[in-house]
Amino acid sequence: MDARRRTVIDPKVRMVGFVTPTADMPAETAPGTTTTTTQASGLSQAPATTVSNFSPSPVIIPPPQKAAAPPVPVPSPGIQSRPAEIEYPSAAVVGSNPSDSLLASSSLPSSKTGILPGERLMQPLDLLAASMPAGTGTIGVKPGKGQPTSSSSSSAQVLPVRVGSVPKSTASKPEPQQATTTEASKPLKERTSKAERRAKQEAERAAKAAAKESGGEKATTGAEGGIGQSTVQKESKAQKAKKEHVPERKGPQPSEKKGTDKMPEKEKKKEVPAPRLQFDDQQKVAKAKRRSLVEQTETKNRVELFRHLPQYVHGTQLPALEAKFFHDDTMQPHPAVYQVGLQYLTGEIVGGNARCIAMLMALRSMILDYTTPAEKTLVRDLMARINNNVNFFITCRPLSISMGNAIRFLKARIAKLAVSLPEAEAKASLVAEIDKFMQEKIVFADKEIVKHAVTKIRDGDVLLTHGWSCVVEMILIRAKEMGKKFRVVVVDSRPKLEGKGLLRQLLSKNIQCTYTHMNASPYIMQEVTRVFLGASSVLSNGTVYSRVGTACVAMVAHAFSVPVMICCETYKFHERVQLDSITSNELGDPDALVKVPGRNDLSALEGWADNEHLQLLNLTYDATPADYVSMIITELGMVPPTSVPVILREYRKETTI
Amino acid sequence: MFAAGQHASTCHPHMIIAYRAGHKMKVSNMPVTEVKTGQDIPAGGVTFEWLRQAEDASLHRDQEVHTVAGVYGGQPFSVIEEFNFWRSKPELAEAVAAIKALTAVIKRSEASTMMGLEIELRNASDALKAWDETSISLTAGCNLFLRYVTRTSAVEYEDIAAGKARLIERGERFGEISQKARRTIAMLGQDFVHDGCTILTHGFSRVVLALLKLATANGKRFSVICTEGRPDNTGAEVAKELLSVGIPVTLILDSGVAYMMEKVDMVLVGAEGVVESGGIINMLGTYQAALVARTMNKPVYVAAESYKFARLFPLDQRDMSPSPRHVDFAEPIPPEVTVENSARDYTPPQYLTLLFTDLGVLTPSAVSDELIQLYL
Repeated sequence: MDARRRTVIDPKVRMVGFVTPTADMPAETAPGTTTTTTQASGLSQAPATTVSNFSPSPVIIPPPQKAAAPPVPVPSPGIQSRPAEIEYPSAAVVGSNPSDSLLASSSLPSSKTGILPGERLMQPLDLLAASMPAGTGTIGVKPGKGQPTSSSSSSAQVLPVRVGSVPKSTASKPEPQQATTTEASKPLKERTSKAERRAKQEAERAAKAAAKESGGEKATTGAEGGIGQSTVQKESKAQKAKKEHVPERKGPQPSEKKGTDKMPEKEKKKEVPAPRLQFDDQQKVAKAKRRSLVEQTETKNRVELFRHLPQYVHGTQLPALEAKFFHDDTMQPHPAVYQVGLQYLTGEIVGGNARCIAMLMALRSMILDYTTPAEKTLVRDLMARINNNVNFFITCRPLSISMGNAIRFLKARIAKLAVSLPEAEAKASLVAEIDKFMQEKIVFADKEIVKHAVTKIRDGDVLLTHGWSCVVEMILIRAKEMGKKFRVVVVDSRPKLEGKGLLRQLLSKNIQCTYTHMNASPYIMQEVTRVFLGASSVLSNGTVYSRVGTACVAMVAHAFSVPVMICCETYKFHERVQLDSITSNELGDPDALVKVPGRNDLSALEGWADNEHLQLLNLTYDATPADYVSMIITELGMVPPTSVPVILREYRKETTI
Repeated sequence: MFAAGQHASTCHPHMIIAYRAGHKMKVSNMPVTEVKTGQDIPAGGVTFEWLRQAEDASLHRDQEVHTVAGVYGGQPFSVIEEFNFWRSKPELAEAVAAIKALTAVIKRSEASTMMGLEIELRNASDALKAWDETSISLTAGCNLFLRYVTRTSAVEYEDIAAGKARLIERGERFGEISQKARRTIAMLGQDFVHDGCTILTHGFSRVVLALLKLATANGKRFSVICTEGRPDNTGAEVAKELLSVGIPVTLILDSGVAYMMEKVDMVLVGAEGVVESGGIINMLGTYQAALVARTMNKPVYVAAESYKFARLFPLDQRDMSPSPRHVDFAEPIPPEVTVENSARDYTPPQYLTLLFTDLGVLTPSAVSDELIQLYL
């Protein structure tokens, strides 16, 4: 198993951390160069930071409110099971095509402390042990830690693009200088003692708990996750005797902080939703890099306007990822979470609902297997554990808005648990809540949407849809079952060509279809009477955030006065307001644009990365303005896009509070 | 002041009108073994508690229908007759008549549970709605009342007698409420009428008349242009009413709207129904009047009581249930000619400026907000 996994070649991996801004920056260091790197950075770093830096807390917060879209374009047999996934959201369903799966054959999910992780994780730990007493300084600098292990333990493994290690050290040097000279607050932060930092974390956590509502999902998943993880990490690492001192430290320290003028700053932070990590902010990125979990690889020729987004990168990150996640028990993602995360990574699970259900199922089995460690309270420890697991998901692929909402819901439920509640009961109630959420918010919601939507289909209609939304598919099939006579136009677009999957489903139900590409949409729109589209999310200004191309179809339909109906469950609604597709999006694989299957003669883009005048942009989502949307069909009925805030106001509070 | 607070405050999140009692949702295929059905379910939307109740109720449905028939065996009671009785009263709108008729059903009901009563009412209102499928305000009135019943039953779950009394009281008072609504609208709307303005109106609407009369009573001087209103000749009626309070009236042909529009300062119409998009369904010709007004940048105001808000969302003109109206053409028409004679049309929200309702002066997009609070 192990061997097999290692030899898997170059799976497409989403690079979650960040990408170094300059093209010649090294993604990671080869084992041989590790020492130089650590020394170099060790010089510039305060010794106090070493320990915490060392803890691999994935503080990198990729924009979590990215919604789902499949990174793998091919309509594989796996796709056929997509609607089924909604109906039977068990973890087993998702791996419908095991042979495709990167890891399906690994025994991983079944054995929590399986041979596989165990064996290889020993090594990083040993390494750690060796390097820690030596006081080499910042082992925390990423390359120092995970990389040697992965490369040494698996020499056959294909390494991602990497450039020499030298630029790395040069790059890391100027950064601390900058910090000391230009920004006063930053060095302060970094130089604080461990105790201080802990105190600050505590204070932050308290603040966050107080302002749970106000923060976006991001604040909860990302920032908390980082904090929770690092504390857990530290505690586990600290000697057991030390543990007892920890609470004592917590006490005085926060009060000191409160005394100083730091407090107003915190207050401010509380009110403003935590800013997304902007990947073009070099300082922040460099800082995040140090704490990053995933090895860095390089994308070249980034599109200027989208530099702030996490870049899509090829590479084998799995080994490093495992090494980092598995070397410590508290960090370890639950096997089910691990499996699902990797299925995200390989594009085996795609589609908003499927991804959300898979995630909830994974978290559900995690909760079932959870036992509260001694001297800890369930609420806090479980929250931290969930943060760890969610961070793993994020590492695999940025969360969609719907997933963020689901996590927010789950966390609210955990926070609401009475401290006195016995563990078994608490777990049972959480599991029941998750089940209820999946049933009511997803399964029932879809049925209701179908029921509403079919009333808008009349005999003789020509319906147009774009891509493959499973709700739309259910609607069309239901309408057919009801004996309505209509025709469907499936508009598809490169590079994903999801529409082919939908087409197959519709044809198997004997629905009359026309298949066309986006280029022909203005022509075909003349005969269309209704447009049905799915959505990844609907934002509170009525903007529909959906697979790329939706805005185009909606705009064309609007120009032809064809009503555009968006089918979306309310759990996907989000309070955010977005006016464009730039501020928040997910970048797909630029190489997907390069090759056209079956057209080997189209080679103009070969070697595009070497041409610095060329950038490829493969966006995953776009924002459709509310003007182009006639109605949004939700399980609560059909509403105009202007009513989204009302639904959020009236219904969201019950799930999150 | 204008908030729909009374509705919002009593909103019970467990009830969704879309989930009628008859529906049994299939709850399978999910690894759900234990589902908490306690009282503390906070989630919105469909809850299991609600589903269970609905299922229970629907099991007894046939029996109860039967008992109703049995009870009234000697003295047959028909909702529809009751409705027609109330409708014949001149000052009562259709929706009010429907609610009066439904109140009569409650009075005669012998159901022992609120759920049973609800089912009975639902059957009655279905009968009413089926009797005149085209009437939007009838449907809206029925739905609104049922909605109220659901909420009451949620509030007074145990005590059927108290719940019933409350419902009856509410039903009895509804006529009064609707009168009051009309006065409120007139008061709010008359502020928009200014001295020397010319108002175009289309169709016969009691609210519009009340508004105009109140404006005159407040000493405002304005003139009204009203359309002929074929085939019902509503224009003549409106003209007569307005003349009786001394408002100068000009009568024009329905096809003369665009011709007269340049002299018009505002368009004021009533509505048969206000739909979820914020658009209105009203007498045929309203849409074109609104289109012309929009082209010439004249405001279009709608006066409508909140009980006309309907949970409908027409996407286009064909998306409504047709309501053909007999048209008397002066010339005999060869039978081969198709006559399209809808009695009403749908005006999309983007052509409306404001709606005067008893909930306040609303923009079209606010209608949906109110509807969501009312019905969900």
